[in-house]
Amino acid sequence: MQYWQEQYETMPREELRQLQGERLAWQVKRMYENVELFRTRMDEIGLKPEDVKSVDDLKKLPFSYKQDLRDYYPYGLFAVPMKDIRRVHASSGTTGKQIVVGYTDGDLERWADCFARMLIATGCDENSFVQVSYGLGLFTGGFGAHDGAIRIGATAIPISSGNTQRQIQTMIDFGATVLCCTPSYAMYLGETIEEMGVKDQLKLKVGIFGAEPWTEEMRHQIEEKLGLKAYDIYGLSEIMGPGVSYECEYQCGMHVCEDHFIPEIIDPDTGEVLGEGEWGELVFTTITKEGFPVIRYRTRDICSLNYEKCKCGRTHVRMNKPQGRTDDMLIIRGVNVFPSQIEEVLLKVGGGITPNYQIIVDRVNNTDVFEVEVEMSEEIFSDGVKGIEKIEKSITESLRSTLGIGPKVKLVNPKSIGRSEGKAKRVIDKRKLK
Amino acid sequence: MFIKQLSIFVENKHGRLENIISSFADNGINIRALSIADTTDFGVLRVIVDDVDKAKSVLKEIGIISKTTDVLAVYIDDRAGGLAEVLKDISEAGISIEYMYAFLSKTEGKALMVLKADDEEGAEIVLRQHGIGIAGPGDIK
Repeated sequence: MQYWQEQYETMPREELRQLQGERLAWQVKRMYENVELFRTRMDEIGLKPEDVKSVDDLKKLPFSYKQDLRDYYPYGLFAVPMKDIRRVHASSGTTGKQIVVGYTDGDLERWADCFARMLIATGCDENSFVQVSYGLGLFTGGFGAHDGAIRIGATAIPISSGNTQRQIQTMIDFGATVLCCTPSYAMYLGETIEEMGVKDQLKLKVGIFGAEPWTEEMRHQIEEKLGLKAYDIYGLSEIMGPGVSYECEYQCGMHVCEDHFIPEIIDPDTGEVLGEGEWGELVFTTITKEGFPVIRYRTRDICSLNYEKCKCGRTHVRMNKPQGRTDDMLIIRGVNVFPSQIEEVLLKVGGGITPNYQIIVDRVNNTDVFEVEVEMSEEIFSDGVKGIEKIEKSITESLRSTLGIGPKVKLVNPKSIGRSEGKAKRVIDKRKLK
Repeated sequence: MFIKQLSIFVENKHGRLENIISSFADNGINIRALSIADTTDFGVLRVIVDDVDKAKSVLKEIGIISKTTDVLAVYIDDRAGGLAEVLKDISEAGISIEYMYAFLSKTEGKALMVLKADDEEGAEIVLRQHGIGIAGPGDIK
């Protein structure tokens, strides 16, 4: 058994709670001084930083939301001067406008440590070759995995996403032992490897997959096709990125790095904190984050927590795989998609296109299939097939550039998209993941 | 002289074509010629009917989009090489054909073709110059 930061990973719960309390008090104080929105919200409920002394006081603090990041875009919620921000990352928001997060040197180090914990927990070490097939860019996935690999002294292969044939050739030639990507891409890689008949040339042992929902069935298939053991990782940019929580070798829930993040489960309607094992909305407070800290951030993920001590010796709480969302966000092939983004694109494309659409998501051969039906109108219809195809293509391209993922656009008859009580059903998600 | 063709949007769903044709049948609309242009995602059904305006309003009622287009209906000699000669005349005038399809002709020894050129008026002049017969709306009722 091996740990990356044993002192913290196996810290007795009472001691951990003490540490969390101290860090929380520190965080609340500095955020009150440096983040205007937080100060306003504290003042509104008459709470002073000195009122927060321990984790018990957490429930008194105000919630924060994704909307805050848009309202204060780009840097309005950062708690340090920009000269101390070393890197920014971004992810998509509901209105097509991205949200930005920032990290100090210390934040980047702690993030790498969190990812390193998972690598060590899954049996990786300085002899590992970590192929990072998450996109390396503004998306947190790629750099999170990359920095984690470097942190433990392994060799990083920062190939980024795409070009499947080359991914596989690189895996073989460079001797990759660890693969980091989305589960659906892992599945696709596995299928291509089968077609190429090169499974016996692979040296993969461990797969670290996250950023989208997946099932146990998928896990087995990925393990079978790639000849590795597949682990689940969780994270979101607003909190840090991948490594907020991770599976250990026993794979019985994901350990939350509790010395950095305090999770709570709340009733999404009342905001009331729920008990252990109850399902509700997952909320995080970042107690060591310097650049962009959050207090009681509403993830919108529906989840539950298990505080029982794990066989691996780690004392950190385990969260279950999220079982859905409290908002209408969809995760398609690892990309966050809000239905409102599609409406906005259709309005922007113009030319008589009505913003009547329906999103149909399905999973075929373990890959997400994403289709958008758009109602045809008198204005766009013409006798020539080419003209219609051109419109179809321009909708597809606009959606791809806004969403970062290209759906198949299908034109349908006007008024054929189901409307009930005047409100159209916008999303049909046929994926069965529960 | 042009005739009116009705172009109809057919979404790629089971039963759509039957739906459209049945609505014509129910309203006593006779189809004289028909052609379908299909892509992987949708189709465009082109028809010549005895009453275009009625057909259009019937379709509108069942929520189907259609548009009228002017096309040429050309008499072709019903023998080997008949169509080739007509196309040669059009091609030599620098006019391109976008699509064409056949028609039931009631005139003995003649075939009837619906023809859509990129320059419909130019095509009509060329055909007339070569003495090729063009059907008018009255001929297709």
